[in-house]
Amino acid sequence: MNRSDIIELGYLIAAVFFIIGLKGLGKPRTARRGNLLGATGMLLAVLVTLLDQAIVSYWVLLAGLAVGAALGGVLAVRVQMTSMPELVALFNGFGGAASVLVATASFIQLTDLGGVDDQVSVAASATALIGAVTLTGSIIAFFKLKESMKWTGFGGIRMVNALLALSGIVLSVLVVTDPTNTTWLWALVAVGAMLGVLVVIPIGGADMPVVIALLNSLSGLAASATGFVLDNTLLIIAGSLVGASGLILTQIMCVAMNRSALAVVFSASPSSSAGSIDPDDVYAGKVTSTSAEEVAMILDTAGRVVIVPGYGLAVAQAQHAVREMTKALEANGTQVVFAIHPVAGRMPGHMNVLLAEAEIDYEQLIEMDEVNPTFAQTDVAIVLGANDVVNPLAKTDPDSPIAGMPILDVDQAQTVVVIKRSLSPGFAGIPNPLFAADNALMLFGDGQKAITDITKALSE
Amino acid sequence: MTLILAFTLFILAVFLGIELISKVPPTLHTPLMSGSNAISGITLIGALVSAGSDHSTLTTLLAFGAVTLATINVVGGFLVTNRMLSMFATRRPAKKMGPDT
Repeated sequence: MNRSDIIELGYLIAAVFFIIGLKGLGKPRTARRGNLLGATGMLLAVLVTLLDQAIVSYWVLLAGLAVGAALGGVLAVRVQMTSMPELVALFNGFGGAASVLVATASFIQLTDLGGVDDQVSVAASATALIGAVTLTGSIIAFFKLKESMKWTGFGGIRMVNALLALSGIVLSVLVVTDPTNTTWLWALVAVGAMLGVLVVIPIGGADMPVVIALLNSLSGLAASATGFVLDNTLLIIAGSLVGASGLILTQIMCVAMNRSALAVVFSASPSSSAGSIDPDDVYAGKVTSTSAEEVAMILDTAGRVVIVPGYGLAVAQAQHAVREMTKALEANGTQVVFAIHPVAGRMPGHMNVLLAEAEIDYEQLIEMDEVNPTFAQTDVAIVLGANDVVNPLAKTDPDSPIAGMPILDVDQAQTVVVIKRSLSPGFAGIPNPLFAADNALMLFGDGQKAITDITKALSE
Repeated sequence: MTLILAFTLFILAVFLGIELISKVPPTLHTPLMSGSNAISGITLIGALVSAGSDHSTLTTLLAFGAVTLATINVVGGFLVTNRMLSMFATRRPAKKMGPDT
């Protein structure tokens, strides 16, 4: 068995590790082992790659490995759970960037050696475009998630994007027909980079779960396309596995919003089509505000409480306060569960991660389909920083931008307590009739403080 | 490897990926995403060959950047996934100790 056979065999074993690892990641019991298997496969792949005879100098690659491992390690250990969406977006971007760099470096090498055929040039074009879109799209998503970017684009942005996409196709053709001129490939990277920025810029915060899942898929596809450039089986297999899993997640997010991925990416934010309902008509004279003490009194006699967390929970960093309140309620004999809407928060599974950080048992987190029939037997539903996912207009107003979106039926609970800073609309930009419902009480203020006050009042 | 063989691998792996992931509980959506993202850092092995082949200053620089970014993706991705999943795991024994509380 010669060296390249050993390498190929190592890659095959690594691919098997990735497959078993991904399968393990799909079940709570095996998820941790699955992740470790994936990491083991990666280590094996790196080790056998070092046997490659094309490697004549180890200094540069060892330096890169050391710097990358140190930075990645620090980021992973220090990140706050509330910042997890930003970190995932950033890692997606790095993956895309790495694929672009590998593909361009290999393309230049092959051009110099005269070994560029159609497979290499087509695949290099695909990698350049997909990878660059992934990189800059992820960076924009990162800043949007940090709430440090409010810019939502300009008029005619879709026209510009169409032109960019068109020039991307033209440049790809030029790369394939004239592979000796690497300028075309760099131009393609530049076009992809601009496209990534301009496609993500108009997308609003609540659509971020779809965007992140999509970027996750793209980072995999970029790796897979790089595999076609390098003629590397493991890159093709691992990249397409990730591409497929990202697509599945995107699909799950889209179903939960009753929108298609294309609509999220290519249409303007839904708030532009809203405004058919005047908030004053909905709220005037019908909103009842309450105090922490009053809420505590209602909770005191409640048998079953459902908490509905939303992005506001993450903003207020209220997950630990919620755990304290949950404990106080449970000590009182009250059953407490959490109703998790699939797109609550800013990335798939955002709420689950936050509540897990606060050491709330995941058995207490109930999915939408399962929790909805139980609201009628619920004494108090506490809506904490969620808005559109509990808006009954999704069911009653066919013209509403959220029409048809599955929602949590909190209005069927005996009493609904909404903890919110003000009556301002959610991402969809429409008023929420729930706030004016007869059984709804508004507790205005910061989520963390409100929950802490309720807990205090409960123990008095 | 012929192009058609490469395509065969690609298509089969896509179908496999869809089968593997299609039923994942929401609790695991984030770890799945960060874990699979770490796997997409597999582009690292291509970067290593480029970085070690000592072809030209430009390609070595590009490849150094690729190795660094891909390693951040791989190491950071697996570590942070493990961190999240260990948060899920630590509560299980506690629950078994007191099922009625």
